[in-house]
Amino acid sequence: MRATVLVRPKPGILDPQGQAVEGSLRQLGFPVGDARVGRVVDLEVESADPAAARAEVERMCEQLLANPLIESYEIELEGAS
Amino acid sequence: MSKPRIAVVAFPGSNDDRDALVALQALGAEAVAVWHAAEHLPDVAGIVLPGGFSYGDYLRCGAIARFSPAMRAVSEFAADGGPVLGICNGFQILCEAGLLPGALRPNASLSFVCRDVDLRIERTDTPFTSLCEPGQTLTIPIKHGEGCWYADDGLLGELEANGQIVLRYEDNPNGSIADVAGVVNAERNVMGLMPHPEHAVDPLLGSTDGALILRGLVEAARDRSVVGIGV
Repeated sequence: MRATVLVRPKPGILDPQGQAVEGSLRQLGFPVGDARVGRVVDLEVESADPAAARAEVERMCEQLLANPLIESYEIELEGAS
Repeated sequence: MSKPRIAVVAFPGSNDDRDALVALQALGAEAVAVWHAAEHLPDVAGIVLPGGFSYGDYLRCGAIARFSPAMRAVSEFAADGGPVLGICNGFQILCEAGLLPGALRPNASLSFVCRDVDLRIERTDTPFTSLCEPGQTLTIPIKHGEGCWYADDGLLGELEANGQIVLRYEDNPNGSIADVAGVVNAERNVMGLMPHPEHAVDPLLGSTDGALILRGLVEAARDRSVVGIGV
């Protein structure tokens, strides 16, 4: 099963990368605000059971893919609603 | 008097390991290089995790290096009370490994900062700062892109109350919360700092203030060696 993990800087955490992107977008004439830059990890998990796959990816997030002190994460499973 | 043996653990992408070895050697230690793949450390009385860009800073600085085989031995050594000093990337690795509180984020300026900074000694009740005076100012270089230390209000309050904030920048170069430049664990035997004491141990380098911190480690290692021989 294909899983996608979205990792974001938590609200309140200074995100200079997001600020730089926002500044550049404004220079291009896009009136954007509060841009935040995170990370996407796509991976293939062996389990075909969505609940088991989600639980496994959650463990990956806790142990490596995100730092819970500064980052939040969201898991999307292909084909799962 | 025998020289205390101190390990400098190098990871793929470390680049200050040799400077750390030379500095420790000059300050009276027997410094030994240990490759990260080693599952067991040689018989040492102190450990330095040096600066650099382990694993290319992939994912997050220090996030991959914390899983190196040597890190298990480092954790055990720390749990046993052994003195461990993480410098720059070494600090990032110790935070990722949960051996030190907080996390390091990209500098607020988004610029890589490379210059001498003034640091204020906040605590002298750690092995690493025992040779310093409270409130003393040390001049030591920094060179990092991700040195913005972060802790939420609750954690910061706890660390302040426990006296775990050891070093602060006089003029914050990276946006670090509460100007924090260096912290210790609750047991005070593990310290991490973004500045590079190993680059400030000889007048030729512009400052010898880094020697105060490294010598503190060497002395702590010496004490540990003596105890070890007694047992």
